[in-house]
Amino acid sequence: MAEVRAQVQRDSGRAAVETAQIELRGVSKRFGSLEVLKQLSLRLERGKTTVVIGESGTGKSVLLKHIVVLLRPDEGEVYYRGERIDHLSEMELVRYRQRFGFLFQMGALFDSLTVAENVAFPLHEHTNKSSREIDAIVTEKLSMVGLDGLQSKRPAQISGGQRKRVALARAIALDPEVVLYDEPTTGLDPVRADVINELIRRLQRRIGVTGVVVTHDMTSAYKVGDRIVMLDKGRIIADGPPDDFRTTDDPRVRRFVDGRASPEDLSALDE
Amino acid sequence: MAASTRDVLIRTGATTLAAAADFGNFWRFAGRTFRWLSVTLGSSRMWRLVIPECMEIGVRSLPVILITGSFVGMVLAVQAIEQFRAVGLEEQMGAVVNLSVVRELGPVLAGVMIAGRIGGALTAELGTMNVTEQIDALRSMGTDPIRYLVVPRFLACFLLTPILTLYCDLMGSLGGWFVSVGLSDVDSGPYWEFTRDAVDAFDLVSGLFKSFFFGGAIALISCFKGFHCRPGAEGVGQACTEAFVASFVSILVLDFFLAVFLQAVSNYVYGFRPLL
Ligand SMILES: Nc1ncnc2c1ncn2[C@@H]1O[C@H](COP(=O)(O)OP(=O)(O)OP(=O)(O)O)[C@@H](O)[C@H]1O
Ligand SMILES: [Mg+2]
Repeated sequence: MAEVRAQVQRDSGRAAVETAQIELRGVSKRFGSLEVLKQLSLRLERGKTTVVIGESGTGKSVLLKHIVVLLRPDEGEVYYRGERIDHLSEMELVRYRQRFGFLFQMGALFDSLTVAENVAFPLHEHTNKSSREIDAIVTEKLSMVGLDGLQSKRPAQISGGQRKRVALARAIALDPEVVLYDEPTTGLDPVRADVINELIRRLQRRIGVTGVVVTHDMTSAYKVGDRIVMLDKGRIIADGPPDDFRTTDDPRVRRFVDGRASPEDLSALDE
Repeated sequence: MAASTRDVLIRTGATTLAAAADFGNFWRFAGRTFRWLSVTLGSSRMWRLVIPECMEIGVRSLPVILITGSFVGMVLAVQAIEQFRAVGLEEQMGAVVNLSVVRELGPVLAGVMIAGRIGGALTAELGTMNVTEQIDALRSMGTDPIRYLVVPRFLACFLLTPILTLYCDLMGSLGGWFVSVGLSDVDSGPYWEFTRDAVDAFDLVSGLFKSFFFGGAIALISCFKGFHCRPGAEGVGQACTEAFVASFVSILVLDFFLAVFLQAVSNYVYGFRPLL
């Protein structure tokens, strides 16, 4: 009997380890004298969408970049499914990065390539598909973000919101296990933003994509998030399901969620 | 007084350390470029990336190279002709003009022009990609930016600089001939005969040999500066200036060491060769 219980405990222990798709342990990062992340620990469960909110400049984008090791922590470790990845070489990281899709805050489309070539880029790099198959995937992904037909345009010829959506199409081109969205709805009109929210939800529900969404948009946060994490000055100050955030009493969180400035924030405006 | 001396020492130390770190980073960058070069040299996918770069580098710099070359040759002839005529040696003009152009002026000035024309463009292009996170985007997609961006540009520059140098040499030679024969009535026959006797295949080859190094240095320095530029339009502009200055200086330094080396080779193969 005791043996069985021990076995069960071990199993559930292992299950707990395995479901963490990504784990940051005690990650600190500084740029010169600016301390951006401070001993930050975060476990992201497989198949769940975690929303990261926080003031501008608190290190949300820096946090996302640590997950794919575009930035390396000064202290602490990054794990992907229990394997430590923050000390791997760029060459060794290729294997992991193929499973990620990264939507950059500014899109980061290659401006020497057309929209179609941008979306096709990871497919050419990492698969042996024929160009006809790749074209079909490009069309599929572009229609998912509502931009089929723009294939031959250059990034400079399309609007900011369109660029963002092309970048999203590129991020999901390889059907990644994890998608990191850096402000996916910023710069989109409310209707488009809702379509993107729905897309994020469907990727998670239907394909089981693990998502990390950085956003300032609370509508989007409530809609797509299974869990919300609030970052402030490089530390996590609130962490829980969306409902907790709707009802929270913490004044800092309250202000952010309701979009109300504190008297100190406004003091600079009063002369 | 003591404090300000200490300040100066501290700042000097910090600058020196930063420069040393930069130098180290440059060689790490060059090392990674060569490693990727050796891995991808046989891959047709990489060569497909080289061809558009060759178009950019070759076609875009040709006009400026042709102009540089012809004026260098003409100026050289204008400066030398009077002195040569004074001692009655004007028929040997060809030897001096062509030797100078082929050995020194062609490769160095073509290198400098390419550093300005192509080096600046490479730094600006890669610097913009860096600032707009396109290089991070490549890495996030599991593509090494050195393999995808630097290796093709390095190869194109390395292979095309000697070809552009040849054009520069040709125009320099024609420019010198135009001033000597066309404007100063030197006889064309003896002009070319003296040229043939003085200019050896070795001189031409040694000039081209140098230009491979110049092309490689320009590409590596410009790409390195682009990859490490500071954010913003200002950062990109500054990186371009730094890249040009560094390329220019390294062309001159490389030229010195290669000249010493090639002179030694020449002495070993031919012994002493009188110019006139
Ligand atoms: N590569 C870098 N070098 C130096 N400083 C950096 C770098 N990247 C980010 N920072 C700094 O780190 C801090 C956090 O930046 P980050 O981009 O993560 O903010 P953010 O939370 O994403 O803000 P926003 O909501 O405005 O996008 C900023 O002060 C920024 O200046
Ligand atoms: Mg950000």
